[in-house]
Amino acid sequence: MSLTEKQIERYSRHIILEQVGGKGQEKLLRSKVLIIGAGGLGAPAGLYLAAAGVGTIGIVDCDKVDLTNLQRQIIHHTSDVGVEKIKSAENKMRAINPDITVQTYQTRVDAKNISDIIRKYDFVIDGTDNFPAKFLINDACYFEKIPFSHAGILRFHGQLITVLPGETTCYRCIFSAPPPANAVPSCSQAGVLGVLAGVIGSLQATEAIKYLLGLGKLLTGTLLTYDALEMNFRAVKLNRNPNCPLCGGKPKITELKDEEQVVCDLKNCKC
Amino acid sequence: MNLVINGKETNITAGLTVNQLLAQENVQMPDMVSVELNGQILKRTKFDQTILKDDDKVEFLYFMGGGSVSN
Repeated sequence: MSLTEKQIERYSRHIILEQVGGKGQEKLLRSKVLIIGAGGLGAPAGLYLAAAGVGTIGIVDCDKVDLTNLQRQIIHHTSDVGVEKIKSAENKMRAINPDITVQTYQTRVDAKNISDIIRKYDFVIDGTDNFPAKFLINDACYFEKIPFSHAGILRFHGQLITVLPGETTCYRCIFSAPPPANAVPSCSQAGVLGVLAGVIGSLQATEAIKYLLGLGKLLTGTLLTYDALEMNFRAVKLNRNPNCPLCGGKPKITELKDEEQVVCDLKNCKC
Repeated sequence: MNLVINGKETNITAGLTVNQLLAQENVQMPDMVSVELNGQILKRTKFDQTILKDDDKVEFLYFMGGGSVSN
């Protein structure tokens, strides 16, 4: 595949980068990234990856756009309220960049369907808010050996880590299992500064592009935490956990299983 | 004695366990915190038996959601 004149113009600010160049841009156009959750984190990640010319972007969500989403889910506009999120997200990504293919999955990931979805992709972005989904993505990416970016946001804080399954610290190395019922508030219960999603989701997109192009140092073995009130980023080194129930020496988890949703007890919670 | 808690030097009473430190630092919901002690994740079952030493480096790591609830 070689770049057309229009593409050379469109991606000129990438191509001019020594570390990207025409070859790197062609590589991005051949790459496939899956975004699970077209919400706060998925919104900026989807927009930037589309703009960057990541050739195939998959997006998974089963919800419709709600008025309370618009404070932070910038891929959705006021006129999209009531529209399926994947449709709304696909429209924006294709409007930014008609070069790309958007694959939509109107579903909720579970132990039965996730492996078939993720194995078509080079990199996965976890933009979900519920802990069962976060553990499921971690486990499925481990079994399928697909690198992914995990992230979370709450109130004025955000955090993310990149996982190369089987090689670097995974989510279960840090948190072996979901928290007990109602131990953790959700965004709808505790609130979240909208722009936090933009900061952290954009960092996830940065990691995806770095991974695809083999650039720099990935955020592996390190949890990056962000405190917006203190305007402070901290890189917390986290070694692999030999007792990790998934990737440790004596794994207890040997197949995919759905974790119980115990975190958010609000019906129709829109995080 | 001195501990480094989430990157900050903190002076605490000697002889505290990890559980006692969580209480002293007003960690609201200890169930949602993972603790890394000197570079290794500490098993939750050891929070009660592990006594902190001078210059220990402690990280409280919090569960965080965010994004979309209905992936």
